[in-house]
Amino acid sequence: MSVGIVMLVHTALDRAEQAARHWAAGGCPVVIHCDKLVDSKTYNAFVASLSDVPNVEFSTRYRCEWGTWGIVAATQVASEMMLNQFPFVRHVYLASGSCLPLRPVEELVEYLEERPRTDFIESATTADVPWTVGGLDHERFTLRFPFSWKRNRFWFDRFVQFQRTLRLKRKIPNGVIPHMGSQWWCLTRQTLSAILQDPDRPDYDKYFKQVWIPDESYFQTLSRQYSTNVESRSLTLSKFDFQGKPHIFYDDHLQLLRRSDCFVARKIWPHADRLYEAFLTDMAGAMKRTEPNPGKIDRIFAKAVERRTRGRPGLYMQSRFPNEDWENGVTAAPYCVFHGFSELFVNFESWLTKATGARVHGHLFAPDRAHFADGHETIHGAMSDSSISRDYNPGAFLTNLIWNTRGERQCFQFGPADNQKINWRISKDHNAQISVISGAWAVPLFKSNLNFIDIRKMAAELQKIENDHLKVLRSPFAKARVRIWSMAEFIEAPMEPLQGILDEIGPTQSRRLSEVPKMEDLAGFGQFLQNLKNQGMHPHLMGDFPVDRGTETTNKPPRKPYLVQ
Amino acid sequence: MADRTSQIREEDILLFSTLRNEKIRLPYFLNYYRDQGVNHFLIVDNDSTDGSAEYLADQPDVSVWRTSASYKRSRFGVDWLNWLQLKYAHGHWALTVDPDEFLVYPFCDTRPLRALTDWLDASNIKSFSAMLLDMYPKGRLDEQPYQSGQDPIEIASWFDSGNYNLSRNKRFGNLWIQGGPRARVFFADAPEKAPALNKIPLVKWDRKYTYVSSTHMLLPRGLNLVYDEWGGEKASGVLLHAKFIDTFTVKAQEELSRGQHYSASVEYKAYAESLKDDPELWCKWSEKYINWRQLEILGLMSKGNWA
Repeated sequence: MSVGIVMLVHTALDRAEQAARHWAAGGCPVVIHCDKLVDSKTYNAFVASLSDVPNVEFSTRYRCEWGTWGIVAATQVASEMMLNQFPFVRHVYLASGSCLPLRPVEELVEYLEERPRTDFIESATTADVPWTVGGLDHERFTLRFPFSWKRNRFWFDRFVQFQRTLRLKRKIPNGVIPHMGSQWWCLTRQTLSAILQDPDRPDYDKYFKQVWIPDESYFQTLSRQYSTNVESRSLTLSKFDFQGKPHIFYDDHLQLLRRSDCFVARKIWPHADRLYEAFLTDMAGAMKRTEPNPGKIDRIFAKAVERRTRGRPGLYMQSRFPNEDWENGVTAAPYCVFHGFSELFVNFESWLTKATGARVHGHLFAPDRAHFADGHETIHGAMSDSSISRDYNPGAFLTNLIWNTRGERQCFQFGPADNQKINWRISKDHNAQISVISGAWAVPLFKSNLNFIDIRKMAAELQKIENDHLKVLRSPFAKARVRIWSMAEFIEAPMEPLQGILDEIGPTQSRRLSEVPKMEDLAGFGQFLQNLKNQGMHPHLMGDFPVDRGTETTNKPPRKPYLVQ
Repeated sequence: MADRTSQIREEDILLFSTLRNEKIRLPYFLNYYRDQGVNHFLIVDNDSTDGSAEYLADQPDVSVWRTSASYKRSRFGVDWLNWLQLKYAHGHWALTVDPDEFLVYPFCDTRPLRALTDWLDASNIKSFSAMLLDMYPKGRLDEQPYQSGQDPIEIASWFDSGNYNLSRNKRFGNLWIQGGPRARVFFADAPEKAPALNKIPLVKWDRKYTYVSSTHMLLPRGLNLVYDEWGGEKASGVLLHAKFIDTFTVKAQEELSRGQHYSASVEYKAYAESLKDDPELWCKWSEKYINWRQLEILGLMSKGNWA
């Protein structure tokens, strides 16, 4: 008993010849079907090149266009030929010219010998398979497809639409349940001959001629009718990408293929000399196999599909430039934005660095320059601190910074004096953790040595900007984690929010808050706000400050200088 | 001067280039692309005086044409190359690069260029993006002299990894990329004037196609859609740009006096200005080039769904 190989070939005939020789040398008869598109001169040369090999036959040629009946017709004639001419064959293995046997032929023969009644054919009902090209799953079987998908896409789509509109449906003969699966199978003589010699075959053929991609459903469906033992998997390792076309194997996949436990792999790049050499001529070498690890191939190709469809969040580059809101994450990693903290606390930045180990920048979007941590002029990725180049594209500045510093938590200060063009971008970013002490911008004004008329003007302006910003942060479109305290509210009990912020930054700091930042001396701040009010400017974002508020802060014990009662 | 285009076979990968006085770079350039699997070089020599044209004419796989016409009037060489492409590139994969640009694509250390073009064919992709990555040495540009035949990346082995700005060009649908050391050093005060780094150098040519401005963008517009807009990543490469080696200082002066470059040579004016002082592009955060995988991890190029 032996295995017969039916080989469908359309390009890279030299590789097909190599594979055929290999199978034949292993004692497997081969029937080759060559696509009719191959010109007769090339075809004859191909036939001649294999003339010295016994047990290699060529079947009648059909035109095999992807997704059409030709491939099934080709498989049928070649299989019939195989069954008729090689009566000792028990299993028929359908392979393509770009298939490469990974394990010695004897192993495959032995393996099938031990399973004389098993049909290896991937076959699942349409409801259970996720891979569908062109959005057609069950409709493959209920509509008609007279137009070519590849050459006549326009009419293909039109005609599908037309049938949908008219709700045209076809009946499936004998009520068989359509199944789909990999085109590459290995069937027993019993099952295959039952399919091919079925008295109803003309009906089935007629029906499947109009099914979309029949090569993935004809044998898959009909084998369910006859087989006593279907093992629904393909012995051929074949990986498909998101468009339903097979992944191709190259020389650098050699180790990976050695670790696969499949018998045959497709599709092999025809110029992958090392693979052909390793698996066809150097069998002893190929046999020196390490522990099989087929999962690794799965992972690599699954990752490739993921890379193509989801990409790396937060990356903007020449071949990934997502439309707004389609980024799968505006930025690459979580980061913190602090409004008003470095205004309210004398040493907030150094305190936060110490408490969390995060990289704490100053006002990155300040008008003069980007205040990177430790006063650096350039930072990861050779980003410069120039405000001109930053403001040329503030969104890119932010996403670049977060991308370049992956693995290190970034924190920065922000306020109404900074470039506000970035506000929407940040508030729509679920990686942003924004903590706002509203109205804290007044503290530097309060401490400043400016003329009051200028202070009043600036306060009015800053308040307006911050108010607009708060609206953005409170918008229903905001995805960032936003917490807003009015300044009065915050200094009432600063411990809790600070602890919350540290907890959020992460496990770098598991212990309780032991050291707290030093708050600015706010003695007279209430009066300062009252003066603004007296001048007709109403500061409201900082909450309620009684006129005498803040006078007591200086008397508190030094351990907790922030406590205000 | 030497027309060997009759040697071009149906499946050949063609390389198109235009140059002036680049003889010193040519031996390495030709071999680099021969090794990758380019079958034929089609080169326009713009009136070189250093023997570039003669050197090229002696090569068995090079066809070279000579012109003394204005580089500027030919839209910086685009017209010459478009004409050659119209005539010879139809149905071929055409790679259009300058002699100081070295293509790096995913798996380029283990797979020849033909593996990439076959895969692009199988995926119905007609154009392949490779952004220009400016490479520079550590120290002064003129510190290490370049020897003919040497890999220029040995000298100019540093690059900026993460300071690039992207925006969409609505008219042609392409991305416009700026940044890198030139924007950082020469155009710090006028980032909008910094040179474009987006390039689409590898195209399955059709006689209906044309490059619009250098290899930055093409027509029809669909060819410029080398990027995914829904979050995914398409496959892309990088052109290592080995312009900033010791030959550059002289070149910049020469180009400035010829005034044959883009926007009244604003770029070269800026170079000449900065180069008078200490021409150092290197900074503490510069990245040293290792291989394509490094560029992939940094997010400068992508494997897309090629695995």
